[in-house]
Amino acid sequence: MSKKTLFDKVWDAHVVDTIENGPQVLYIDKHLIHEVTSPQAFNELEDRGIPVFRPEQIVATADHNTPTQNQDQPIKDELSRKQLEQLSINCEKNNITLYQLGHKYNGIVHVMAPELGFTQPGMTMVCGDSHTSTHGAFGTIAFGIGTSQVAQVFASQCLLLTKPKSLRVSVNGKLKAGVLPKDVILYIISKLGTNSGTGYFCEYAGNVFEEMSMEGRMTVCNMSIEMGARGGMIAPDQTTFDYVEGREFAPKGNDFDKKVAYWKTLPTDEGATFDQEYFLDAADIEPMITYGTNPGMGIKITENIPTEDNASFKKSLEYMNFKAGESLINKPINFVFIGSCTNSRIEDFRVAANYIKGKQKADNVTAWLVPGSKQVETQIIEEGLKDVFDAAGFELRQPGCSACLAMNDDKIPQGEYCVSTSNRNFEGRQGQGSRTILASPLVAAATAIAGKIIDVTQEIEELELV
Amino acid sequence: MQEVEMEKFTTLQSKAIPLQIENVDTDQIIPARFLKATDKKGFGDNVFRDWRYKKDGSVNKEFALNNPNYSGTILVARDNFGCGSSREHAAWALTGYGFKVVVSSFFADIFKGNALNNGLLPVQVSEGFLKQLLNTIENKPETEIIVNLELQTISVADTNLSEAFEIDAYKKTCMINGYDDIDYLLSKKGTIEAFENAASI
Repeated sequence: MSKKTLFDKVWDAHVVDTIENGPQVLYIDKHLIHEVTSPQAFNELEDRGIPVFRPEQIVATADHNTPTQNQDQPIKDELSRKQLEQLSINCEKNNITLYQLGHKYNGIVHVMAPELGFTQPGMTMVCGDSHTSTHGAFGTIAFGIGTSQVAQVFASQCLLLTKPKSLRVSVNGKLKAGVLPKDVILYIISKLGTNSGTGYFCEYAGNVFEEMSMEGRMTVCNMSIEMGARGGMIAPDQTTFDYVEGREFAPKGNDFDKKVAYWKTLPTDEGATFDQEYFLDAADIEPMITYGTNPGMGIKITENIPTEDNASFKKSLEYMNFKAGESLINKPINFVFIGSCTNSRIEDFRVAANYIKGKQKADNVTAWLVPGSKQVETQIIEEGLKDVFDAAGFELRQPGCSACLAMNDDKIPQGEYCVSTSNRNFEGRQGQGSRTILASPLVAAATAIAGKIIDVTQEIEELELV
Repeated sequence: MQEVEMEKFTTLQSKAIPLQIENVDTDQIIPARFLKATDKKGFGDNVFRDWRYKKDGSVNKEFALNNPNYSGTILVARDNFGCGSSREHAAWALTGYGFKVVVSSFFADIFKGNALNNGLLPVQVSEGFLKQLLNTIENKPETEIIVNLELQTISVADTNLSEAFEIDAYKKTCMINGYDDIDYLLSKKGTIEAFENAASI
């Protein structure tokens, strides 16, 4: 028998048919939808008189375009309100489960689905959102699709796809204190580049990922798309099984045991080959920040911005109002955002609260904390983290995608810098003219306290000395 | 059931607009604040919104789309076009504005699929050819570009400049005939149901 990768095993188990010299028909187990990329797909089906084929395999939530304040009141923005109403109508018409605004299971699609046990190893999952790669943390083939494909899955529970090439990124060794999963993935993207993964599905391997929590693995897989890879995967192991077990929609009892026996067969076979492999040393990674307008433009927080002689690089620095060769340490920052499908899980808020405890937010900083789901919000309150945030002057808001893409009112003003735990630092991503600096929840929290970017590594060393 | 009316594509001859920017992400093609619509109409008005207009709302005359010298239905951009968000609104914005072809030396996966599903042909060329193409257009904006999907070639009219491009054979058939994937998938329903019944895991 030929040696197979994790990706091969899951992919091959879902191939319904193969077109000669063409794509394959891939079966999709779970389809997640939200208000922004689904309405046109529903319209298309309705126009063509095609019913939704497997509504029970679809789960819907409202997240991209929802307010993070006063969620119990009608949404003020008319277009946003209509888009959410349309989702409710479409779900009701087609018998699709919807966790709408205010529901105890509502949240960012990539936070609520794993949390509820929808996401399970060995599945194929899609969503009209490029950060669907998040679910790969469970050993799931999960990827973002366009709205035409949303309609295809509605109609047939399948997609026509050409099998992507395989890529493995191995990170081994011991991570330094203060280096979080976000730093690991920002480091990988800064080394490999923003389009290094295009055409590939990426497996993350090595002891660094094996030792990571599920929350951390989700942060890593989430940003696979930022190096161009449609998806990222991490082999399921005991950490995965423990996370899934007991969740609302996870298999129970004997069913669960049978699933685990199958899930244990999924990791990549010893000796399986990849089309591309990279090996990185954990000891080389430090807390990271970005300085440019794509997520590949990242540096260690202590490094200076590099110098490159090309027009796109210069355009990028000009937008950010940074100079080649300068350090970002001590740059005043007025906005801090901790949230998004990358870093809005309970662990992220624990890290932030742990750092913030007993300190005060700098006066110049507006700091928004936006939980990824209602369940995370509840946990923040129950664990007493909200008290820490309140006392330090941070604002805990209600769940949603929020300032990650600024579709709602959570916009960073023109020209302002925002140290953000989100995933994209594209021009205007957080509001017209806003300037995004991507970082971990620890770096974001430290920035909010100092009112400027600081060398958090030094502080950690000092803390440890005490 | 109604047949789809995706536009058929065989050959196109047009002038082109040069976009000398790398890593054009879909947030630039159509910013998130314009994603609140529930239909596919009107996105063309806001394509490259924040590059076409200045902060005060006035037209940015330096941006290629606003340069009166350039016109046509072919957009020629630099490396890694369409990265970032999966929003198909980016493809709707480009077709809404009137583009039928985008040329680059590299396309992001999801964008490429979205473009093909909307009758917008992504033509991937070598870096060398792209450079020559951009130079030619900038030096002579009235240059006509010919894209022949059947032969899978892109050439500059009245010159020897030409290159072959690749496209998935299935997708090529779809583009030429105006088919879309839903028709094909629905024709496979029996096989899909058999797959579901056989699934043991």
